[in-house]
Amino acid sequence: MIFLWLFIEFFKTGLFSIGGGLATIPFLTAMGEKWGWFTNETLGNMIAVGESTPGPIGVNMATYVGYTVGMDKYGIWGALLGGFIATLGLVLPSVIIILIVARILKAFKENKLVERCFYSIRPAVTGMIATAAVMMIKSGVFTKNSNNIFRMIDIKALMLFAVLLICTNKIKLHPIFYIIISGVIGAIFKMGAI
Amino acid sequence: MKKLWELFSAFFRIGAFTFGGGYAMLSLIQREVVDNKKWATDEEVLDYYAVAQCTPGVIAVNTATFIGYKQKGILGAVAATFGVVLPSLIIITAIASVLQNFMEYEIVQHIFGGIRVAVAVLIVNAVITMGKKSVKDVLCATLAVLSFAVSIIFPDLSPVFVVLAAALVGLVTMKRGGNKA
Repeated sequence: MIFLWLFIEFFKTGLFSIGGGLATIPFLTAMGEKWGWFTNETLGNMIAVGESTPGPIGVNMATYVGYTVGMDKYGIWGALLGGFIATLGLVLPSVIIILIVARILKAFKENKLVERCFYSIRPAVTGMIATAAVMMIKSGVFTKNSNNIFRMIDIKALMLFAVLLICTNKIKLHPIFYIIISGVIGAIFKMGAI
Repeated sequence: MKKLWELFSAFFRIGAFTFGGGYAMLSLIQREVVDNKKWATDEEVLDYYAVAQCTPGVIAVNTATFIGYKQKGILGAVAATFGVVLPSLIIITAIASVLQNFMEYEIVQHIFGGIRVAVAVLIVNAVITMGKKSVKDVLCATLAVLSFAVSIIFPDLSPVFVVLAAALVGLVTMKRGGNKA
């Protein structure tokens, strides 16, 4: 049954995620909360892999989540099937919608109602991605195993966060570059609570 | 049949060689679709791309479906879409299977400890970029703040509701603006 739910969840994601790859992330965090299929840490790892491998991020994420969920339940064959089903679920709404829109391209592009919907949906999507950012900061910069609020901040991670935030805005390099550098720094300074 | 194979293989190359989608992919689509195959003009590709951006779903997939459909109908759409998706399926499956075994090593956990910080920064930057593009007035700003608040208070609420509510707000406020004018 897990495969049916995977399909439904990713069909919803494909149908309602507007604004490209990262727009899928709020759906993924909600999925993790609702089903417990993965933690925010795992999701962070998956986003890193999705960003640093070829292919559209949304599709990479669907394949990865489907693989992980299938693997947990049914081993390798479940993983392969899960990756395929999640990707199919994500892609199917696109295919259906584009097939409809392609016939009425002009009317769709110039429709005032459509334009207005997207005008108000985009900032809402930005707000939800901001929530995803907070969750990723929580999983990357804070440690869970302490009651003391000051001890909860991982100083090494916080410093890396600040440096990266400045660097990425000063020097526009491909994200993979920053992901690799951070991996090396993480290994050298033994980052991440275990 | 030959055309279907060409659509599949062209979009397979596009899927296999773009990192992250967006404008990086647009240039690759232009090279494959406009320069190599002459399936469309530059303007048409930009048109498809614009529609792909303002329809739900993954932009790369939308563009592939669109061009495939224009070339060879529904079968063409399926061939192009399958082509753009297949590299991800293969590459991610391979990486996921390897990574799961490697995750037990302490050094790999440290590596990802660092990488997760980078991911947090990348998403913060995405929020800034998207905010600049999408927040055009007070209504937009209110919607952004509200959806942030709602999604952080109810972490397991489906984004579907937020998207639908935002669309509704847009439509309702549009009517009022029209009446005033």
